[in-house]
Amino acid sequence: MIGAKVLSKVGAALRDYVESIGMGTRTFFNVLGVSPGLLRRPRLIVEQLHFIGNYSLLIISLSGLFVGMVLGLQGYYTLNKYGSEQALGLLVALGLTRELGPVITALLFAGRAGTSLTAEIGLMKAGEQLSAMEMMAVNPIQRVLAPRFWAGVIAVPVLASIFSAVGILGGYLVGVQLIGVDEGAFWSQMQGGVDIWKDIFNGFIKSIVFGVAITFIALYQGYEAQPTPEDVARATTRTVVISSLVIWWLDFTLTALMFSK
Amino acid sequence: MPNLVEIRDLHFSYGKRAILTGLRMDFPRGKVVAVMGGSGSGKTTVLRLIGGQLRPKKGQVTVQGQVVHKLKTAELYLLRRKMGMLFQHGALFTDLSVFENVAFPLREHTDLPEELIRNLVLMKLHAVGLRNAAMLKPQEISGGMARRVALARSIALDPELIMYDEPFAGLDPISMGVTANLIRNLNTALGSTSILVSHDVQECFAIADYVYFLSQGKIVASGTPAEMLVSTDPYVKQFVNAEADGPVPFHYPGKSLADDLGLGARR
Repeated sequence: MIGAKVLSKVGAALRDYVESIGMGTRTFFNVLGVSPGLLRRPRLIVEQLHFIGNYSLLIISLSGLFVGMVLGLQGYYTLNKYGSEQALGLLVALGLTRELGPVITALLFAGRAGTSLTAEIGLMKAGEQLSAMEMMAVNPIQRVLAPRFWAGVIAVPVLASIFSAVGILGGYLVGVQLIGVDEGAFWSQMQGGVDIWKDIFNGFIKSIVFGVAITFIALYQGYEAQPTPEDVARATTRTVVISSLVIWWLDFTLTALMFSK
Repeated sequence: MPNLVEIRDLHFSYGKRAILTGLRMDFPRGKVVAVMGGSGSGKTTVLRLIGGQLRPKKGQVTVQGQVVHKLKTAELYLLRRKMGMLFQHGALFTDLSVFENVAFPLREHTDLPEELIRNLVLMKLHAVGLRNAAMLKPQEISGGMARRVALARSIALDPELIMYDEPFAGLDPISMGVTANLIRNLNTALGSTSILVSHDVQECFAIADYVYFLSQGKIVASGTPAEMLVSTDPYVKQFVNAEADGPVPFHYPGKSLADDLGLGARR
């Protein structure tokens, strides 16, 4: 009897999971399908780009600066043991462009803009704004979800680039200005060791993939939330948890694909 | 007079819970028809089925001769352009001003020049008495005003069918009377058909041409307001006279209070 109950609960959970994957996939392709219509109204994307990109700029820049400074400090202590502190610039640049820039930007974006997107869409649903839009013969996926999706996809790589650039500046301030690593060595090692395609471009691709994943997860969680305050709150939490896990999983997969020989 | 909307043998349920069972209703062109009933009687569900936001379990809703649930998405959206709906709480877009809310359907569905959109929006807002509130945000206006803005938005495209979901709920007596007159006047001015879902007897009877009474997903009475006022039907009498006792139970069905308090078993 207990076995049957457990089996039934596991079966129901599995069915719900498969159903949610199916719904998510369908919504994702719906977003892509209606996106060409946005070409006629790029203003919708620009507005969202300002909202979710611009508002994340400060936290991303500050985080980038501190991560770069810490990297400069830690990198110097380690490299100094081997007498290779001239390679500090290279270490900071590679660490930021390949890994820390895309990953930390994605995590911060999920926390700053992702939660805001989920709450916004969830509250629009709770306030019947999406239903009202449907009744006005306006597709909410096209009018609400798609512009936010593309704004997120554009914003994350731009923010990741800013994060890495400011991070390198942070590493320079600590390594060169504070500790006294040779300035010429710092920049020349970086210039010689960082490959524009293998390192910078691959990092850029990573952040585009993260942008697609986080923005869609945030939008979908809001869109599928029950129209109640409790479920909108739960959906916001789910956005952070799922996005973070997906970022780590994608990061490992992409790193394995991009940087393996 | 031909019907704009026809409902035939309509059944709808949420899971196993039946909401509507075998409805048959007609909504003639140019008329104001009220759908009345207590909370949870399925009134709003009827509106959502007419608008194609829900699919019936059985039966059909026909609007302008088109079976709503059989339409493809593009066809349904074309049909909805001829409909306007006032939601119970207004459902205004909170990130847009009052002006932009009313302009929203015009911007989405027309290529009108900005000056014309401005004039049209101001005329619609003037009709609901809120022209001077055009630049305010929805958070800056009262619930009653938000409902009037939503009304202006729902008539922005001069729809052939306007559906009102509880337009009088939470309004003060002055706003209620003004809104009722507005609904009637708009219907006449636009030559549209109006479906009014409400449980406000006085206002509905004042402006409706025909009334349906719904209880537990079924039509229990229908007729003109004058017929309803003199009806001997126990449900209509209970509803119109706001009586606590009658065919509609006040308490949700289940155990009695005595049973719950353990008094039933005492001797």
